[in-house]
Amino acid sequence: MKNFSNTYTFIYISGVVVVTAALLSFIAEELRPLQQRNLEIEKKQDILRSVGKAVIPEGVKNKNLYIEEEFVKYFSSGIVVNNKGEVVEGRDAFEITKNLKAEFSRPDDQRGLPLFIYEKEDGSVKYVIPMTGKGLWGQIWGYLALNEDFNTIYGAVFDHAKETPGLGAEINQKWFQQEFSGKTLFDNAGKFVSVMVMKGGADPSNPHAVDAISGGTITSKGLEAMLRENLKPYETYFKQAKIKSDE
Amino acid sequence: MSEKEPLFSSKNLKLLREPLNDSNPITVQVLGICSALAVTVQLKPSVVMALSVIAVMAVSNVAISLLRNTIPPRIRIIIQLTVIAAMVIIVDQVLKAFAYEVSKQLSVFVGLIITNCIIMGRLEAFAMGNKPWPAFLDGIGNAAGYGVILIIVAFFRELLGSGTIWGFKVVPEAIYQAGYVNNGLMILPPMALITVGIIIWVQRSSNKKLFEK
Repeated sequence: MKNFSNTYTFIYISGVVVVTAALLSFIAEELRPLQQRNLEIEKKQDILRSVGKAVIPEGVKNKNLYIEEEFVKYFSSGIVVNNKGEVVEGRDAFEITKNLKAEFSRPDDQRGLPLFIYEKEDGSVKYVIPMTGKGLWGQIWGYLALNEDFNTIYGAVFDHAKETPGLGAEINQKWFQQEFSGKTLFDNAGKFVSVMVMKGGADPSNPHAVDAISGGTITSKGLEAMLRENLKPYETYFKQAKIKSDE
Repeated sequence: MSEKEPLFSSKNLKLLREPLNDSNPITVQVLGICSALAVTVQLKPSVVMALSVIAVMAVSNVAISLLRNTIPPRIRIIIQLTVIAAMVIIVDQVLKAFAYEVSKQLSVFVGLIITNCIIMGRLEAFAMGNKPWPAFLDGIGNAAGYGVILIIVAFFRELLGSGTIWGFKVVPEAIYQAGYVNNGLMILPPMALITVGIIIWVQRSSNKKLFEK
């Protein structure tokens, strides 16, 4: 076996690392626009899914294009509100949704709260709220569709970056998300209580609780916190909008 | 070797063929079982996983083989890991850009190709001591041997567990109405292990070279 000097070894490993790093950065930069577009499409698809609208009919060749078109068709009217219940002009709901985490870190009174409005064929209106939070290993996010009463959940979609497969990762499964339909965010006295994710199972008659995932306690708790923290700022807007619609 | 060896000499072809059966990484060497259990619920992610491993394995094998005479032996494992990790990141990035949904299904397991012992094993055992072309064939052969088992396991798991192949329904509705139900256990990892076990059994009882005396 050949003998290599220490200097050679150091130079060699440095060279390998520099070449590898340059190659990886170049590839990551080149592919970024494509990846970002995939993420946008996914967000649009999730928003459509929260109101049960993302079934791609057979024979659609360009899936991405189809989702873009559907999104424009059903969700052209997104608004941005603030925590005082006012509608903020000049900001785009989807632009905020693209980087919700950054928006989250702004001071409460400057935060834009995106709200997507969907008109169903039967004339009823659903409101979709994008959410972001922390699971066990990374980011989790979701979209909650509410009925016109700003209280009853119509549908929910959740997803995650890197939760444990089979445990916390189950939040993106239908069986878990279906539990949320029909649950309510406010109690009878009109107080905001959000939806709890109960370890050990929720009483089915409880309108503010769903079953947690066995083995996914921290993800479940993270999801519960995400619901509470993301929905709370909308409270004022919901109450004012409800009074307006009751009048 | 002074005279030129043909590209597909019998010796080279053996490198390609042997890992598919006689020295299969999963069923004979019992390597890479972990990912074989995890990604084989459906056929599509298994095929993508197999292709990813083939790409990583072939390129890393060639790269290490080209560098083999310059690598200081004391840091060879580090160099091997750097090459594998770089390849895996590239594959992951490409999947995220061009096959986003499959990359989500594979989730952490693409990243875990780095720890797949088949790859390190081949780099250390073969690429460090052979020329690029045989190393390339050895890489393709071993990764394909891994991929073939993945695909066989996924075929049965998806068929019996979900009644579909490649996402298409193949079990007719009439059979369900006659009382047939999908086997939920097939979706879970234990059945992958049992399926691999059955494949090993079938292989051992049919391949004379593997008979134990």
